Amino acid sequence: MTKYTFTEKKDTRSGFGAGMTELGRTNPNVVTLCADLVGSLKIDTFIKENPERFIQCGIAEANMIGVAAGLTIGGKIPFATTFANFGSGRVYDQIRQSVAYSDKNVKIAVSHAGLTLGEDGATHQILEDLAMMRAMPNMTVINPCDFNQTKAATIAAANWKGPIYLRFGRPVVPVFTAPDQKFEIGKAWMVNEGKDVTIVATGHLVWEAIQAAEILEAQGISAEILNIHTIKPLDEKAILKSVRKTRCVVSCEEHQANGGLGDAVAQTLAKNFLAPQEYIAVENSFGESGTPAQLMEKYGLSAKNIVEKSLKVIQRKQ
Amino acid sequence: MQNQELRAIAVQVRRDIVRMVHACQSGHPGGSLGCTDLFVALYFQQMKINNRKGKDTYLSFNMDGKGEDLFFLSNGHISPVFYSTLARRGYFDVKELSTFRKIDSRLQGHPTTHEHLPGIRVASGSLGQGLSVAIGAALAKRLNGDKNLVYCLMGDGEQQEGQVWEAAQAAPHHKTDNLIAIIDLNGQQIDGPTEKVMNNRDLKAKYKAFGWNVMEIKDGNDMDQVVAGLRKAKRLTGKGQPIMILMKTEMGAGVDYMMGSHKWHGVAPNDEQLQTALNQLVTTGTIGDY
Repeated sequence: MTKYTFTEKKDTRSGFGAGMTELGRTNPNVVTLCADLVGSLKIDTFIKENPERFIQCGIAEANMIGVAAGLTIGGKIPFATTFANFGSGRVYDQIRQSVAYSDKNVKIAVSHAGLTLGEDGATHQILEDLAMMRAMPNMTVINPCDFNQTKAATIAAANWKGPIYLRFGRPVVPVFTAPDQKFEIGKAWMVNEGKDVTIVATGHLVWEAIQAAEILEAQGISAEILNIHTIKPLDEKAILKSVRKTRCVVSCEEHQANGGLGDAVAQTLAKNFLAPQEYIAVENSFGESGTPAQLMEKYGLSAKNIVEKSLKVIQRKQ
Repeated sequence: MQNQELRAIAVQVRRDIVRMVHACQSGHPGGSLGCTDLFVALYFQQMKINNRKGKDTYLSFNMDGKGEDLFFLSNGHISPVFYSTLARRGYFDVKELSTFRKIDSRLQGHPTTHEHLPGIRVASGSLGQGLSVAIGAALAKRLNGDKNLVYCLMGDGEQQEGQVWEAAQAAPHHKTDNLIAIIDLNGQQIDGPTEKVMNNRDLKAKYKAFGWNVMEIKDGNDMDQVVAGLRKAKRLTGKGQPIMILMKTEMGAGVDYMMGSHKWHGVAPNDEQLQTALNQLVTTGTIGDY
């Protein structure tokens, strides 16, 4: 299989910060808003270099979403930033009416998504945001997998006309994608070609999927890995092409099983090509405090789990 | 335009409102009638509006609103007065008012940008969101070096929404002094008088404490007072503070049986009631019903 290595680990939120730094230097219309989490969102450089294009909103996320919508009316491209928990469910109605229904060019860029937020616990570990944002008409939903992909996704988001929910995380994870990659919204990335099982993964689960595929390879099983960084619009063509070949799929996400990537894949398969599917996702449960690694293991989101589910789904093939 | 002409337009807009609401047997006449004088004063006299016309003879509308004043309606349920004013001002054909709240219409129950109705810049209806959007638009004007103003109308019942106070805090913090917000103090909401449903208490003191320059229009249904109030508000812009106008109105103003009660917040008149209303709203001059 294609060999992936890494020399360093970085957080995806720093990839966002790097993307914002570049946008600050190259796109005068980009404005950043933040709800009292500047350090966490890694936007210090953008603010230092463009103080007039930063709007501190304080701990008032509902207002921040509205202000962002208003800024687009003057032709600005606002990035409204906070934790994923406060940039989704807390402000769902504001995003729905003032941004998505109003077709405003707002980028909601959120960090600390999922279990890997870690020690702060379940109050902050949003695991339902992809479901909420997927359900919203006119919303594009992106969940990149490492520093480089997050940076590229951030820059692509600024060039995309329309609302985007860009979700990334807190912990440092391997940097294994190309530094100056082209990021195409809505296009799956073929991480590894295989024939026995399709592993569809997003966000932090992509690296886990690669590790799982290596274990499977040692057992003589060839896994195809598709990185779905754009959960909506979903690259149905790429998924169907792969599953038609492998005839089974494991979907992997740091999110509830209900309504996330797995359900998007299942919907596509149900409508087009029936094949057994297993989910790597949190099963109808809140998270808890712990280190990111402990949590990913306890809630069944590790490479080991992907291997188990892959073997299971292969068994289920007709 | 003279205030006398504004008064004639206001009568016509009120006729439009009751006819629109009657035609679809739904909508919100009370608050619409109460705010008619403000809408007419803003759109026909006080706001700087791009007067360029498109090929279709209607005003050309740019979403960006660069180089002109902008208006945001936060309490979107009074859409009838907004739609009538926009049509009468020349944004679209007044005949289109007959499609209000009907299937396949650009005139949705609450204002939206989704159907691309000229003059609307954001959807509203879910209360409490308009002031935040207006602040964003005002900040964009500042970033763009655009000296024009941003207006935002809210309801008094709407002041019960938490987001309003997030925005109330943010506007003075960012010295948004190109923003004029207006609260329609009609004292009524769906379940009854505002002070009984959820008392707003002293809005003047509250907004002052939040850092706004607060002024009042004692009778928002007296065109001279509305015009004088808006002129004063404009003089107060550019001095480091956002402006808040507390404007007292009568819900249902112009139609006697709709006045002084919350009952006509979201109820349409029947045929007989419509005729009574139209008999009280007598047009002068050359304007006619759609």
